[in-house]
Amino acid sequence: MHSDPPAVRLTDVRLERGGRTVLDAIDLVVPRGSVTAVLGPSGSGKSTLLAALTGELQPAAGSVEVLGTTLPRRQRELLERRKGIGVLLQGNGLLTDLTAAENIALPLRTHTSLPAPVINRLVAMKLHAVGLRAAADLYPRELSGGMARRVALARALALDPPLMIYDEPLTGLDPIASGVIMSLIARLNASLGLTSIIVTHHVHETLPVADRAIVIANGRIVFSGTPAELQATTDPLVLQFLRGEPDGPIAFDSGAAIDRGVQVEAA
Amino acid sequence: MPFVAATRSLGRAGLFSLSVLRASAPTRDFFHELTREIYKIGARSLPIIAVGGAFVGLSVTLLGYRALDTYGASNQISALVGLGLYRELAPVLTALLFIGRAGSSIAAELGLMRATDQITALGLMAIDPIAKAVAPRFWAAVICVPLLTGFFCSLAISASYLEAVHIIGIDGGTFWQVLKDSVDFHHDFLVALEKSAVFGGIAALVASYVGFHAEPTVEGTSVATTRAVVNASLLVLMFNFVLSAFLFGK
Repeated sequence: MHSDPPAVRLTDVRLERGGRTVLDAIDLVVPRGSVTAVLGPSGSGKSTLLAALTGELQPAAGSVEVLGTTLPRRQRELLERRKGIGVLLQGNGLLTDLTAAENIALPLRTHTSLPAPVINRLVAMKLHAVGLRAAADLYPRELSGGMARRVALARALALDPPLMIYDEPLTGLDPIASGVIMSLIARLNASLGLTSIIVTHHVHETLPVADRAIVIANGRIVFSGTPAELQATTDPLVLQFLRGEPDGPIAFDSGAAIDRGVQVEAA
Repeated sequence: MPFVAATRSLGRAGLFSLSVLRASAPTRDFFHELTREIYKIGARSLPIIAVGGAFVGLSVTLLGYRALDTYGASNQISALVGLGLYRELAPVLTALLFIGRAGSSIAAELGLMRATDQITALGLMAIDPIAKAVAPRFWAAVICVPLLTGFFCSLAISASYLEAVHIIGIDGGTFWQVLKDSVDFHHDFLVALEKSAVFGGIAALVASYVGFHAEPTVEGTSVATTRAVVNASLLVLMFNFVLSAFLFGK
C-alpha cells in the first residue's frame, strides 16, 4: 500500500495563462484514498490548478504526475489517460440533447464494447448510487440544479476512475442540495476506494469530509495540512480567507494584485 | 497585421478540417449521430427547399419566356430552366438556403455547447469533441445537400412545367422533350450533385469551425452564428465560380 505512488504529485510547478504566472512553486502530494480540499478565494488559481491536473494546461515549469506517471502532452495519449480521471465540472457539462441515462451511458458506449443490456444495468447502478433512478429519462433541462449535479457526478463515475476531481461542486446549490452532494462525495470516496480532490471556496461545507486541506492565495500554496490544523492556524493570510474579511494580505481586488505582480509574498 | 492574422486563421481552419476528416471513424456511435444529424439538418430543411425551389422555377420560367419569346423560341423554355438550374442555380441556392437554415443552427449549437461546458466535458471524458460533435454534422451536410439539390430541382421544374404549360400555353410534350434533349444526366445532373456535396462540406466546416471556437458567452454564440452564415455564403459563391470555370469552362 505504502509503495504505491501518490494519486497526484506536483513538483515545483509553475502555471501560466496568457504569458502571466498564475501559480508558482506549487508542490503538492495527494495520497491515494484521501479527500483533499483545495481552497482559495475566487481568482486565486484553483481552476488553473484543476486544468493542470486534467492536462488541459501544460505547466510552464515542473512536473505533474497523475496516478504514477507524468501527464502526456500529445492529445491522443492525454485522452487515453483521462479515462482514469473523473471530473465534475462547475457547470455540469451535461449534453442537453441526451437524457440523464444517455449522458451516463455515453462514456461507457464510447470506451467499452459492453453489450447494451450491461450498459443499461451499469447506468441504473450509477443512478442508484446518486439516488436518482427515477430521473433516468429526464433531459438536463428538466432537472433541478442539485439533480443535474448528481447526474453529472454519476457520469463522471461511469468508468470507475480511481481519481475524482470536483470543480466547485456546491456552486449554485441550496444548503440541502449542498449537504447531499458533500455526503455523496464522502460516501462514494469511501465505498469505491477513490481519491478525491475538491476544488472549492465553500470552506465550512467541505472541511468536514476532507482528510487534507490546502489553501491557495496570491499565486502559491499558503497552507497545507489537516482540516483541524487549518482551523487552528494563526496565519493572517489564511485567517482572512477563513473569516471572509475584505482587508488583509489577500487582495480583494484581483486587478490590484495583478498590477502589483501576482507573486506577492505574505507579510 | 491583418494579413498575418488572416493567414493564421486560414491555417487553423485547414488544420480543423483535417482533424474533422481524421476523426471520422465509422463507429456505431458515429452512425447513430449521423442519422440524427441527417434528420435534423436534412429532413427538417425540406420545407424551405421546396418553397424556395418552386418560386425559383416560377421566376426563371417567367424571365426566360419573356426573353425567348422575343426570338420566337419560347418552346425552348425548359432547356433554359433545366440548364440554368442544374448547372448554377440549384446547387448555389440550395447551399445558401441550407446555410441559412442548418449552417446557422450548427454554429449556434456548437457555440452553446462551448458556452455550457459540454465540449470541455467531452474532452474530460476522453471523448474527442470533434469526433462526437463535428464529424457527424460535416458528413450529414455532405450527404444531405446533394439530395436537397435534387429535391430543389424537382420542385423548380414541376413549378416551371405548371407555369409554362398551364398558364403560358407551351405544349407539354415539347416541354419535356426539349428538357430531355438539352440536359445531360452525367454532365449536368451529376455535376450539380458533386458541386452540392462540396458546398455542403464547406457550409458545415465553416459553421462548425466558428461555432466550435466561439467565445463561451451569449454574444460569442451570436457572433459565431452571423459569421457562419456570412463566411459560408461567400465561400460557396466563390467556389461556385471556380468549380463552374473548371467543369463548364469549355
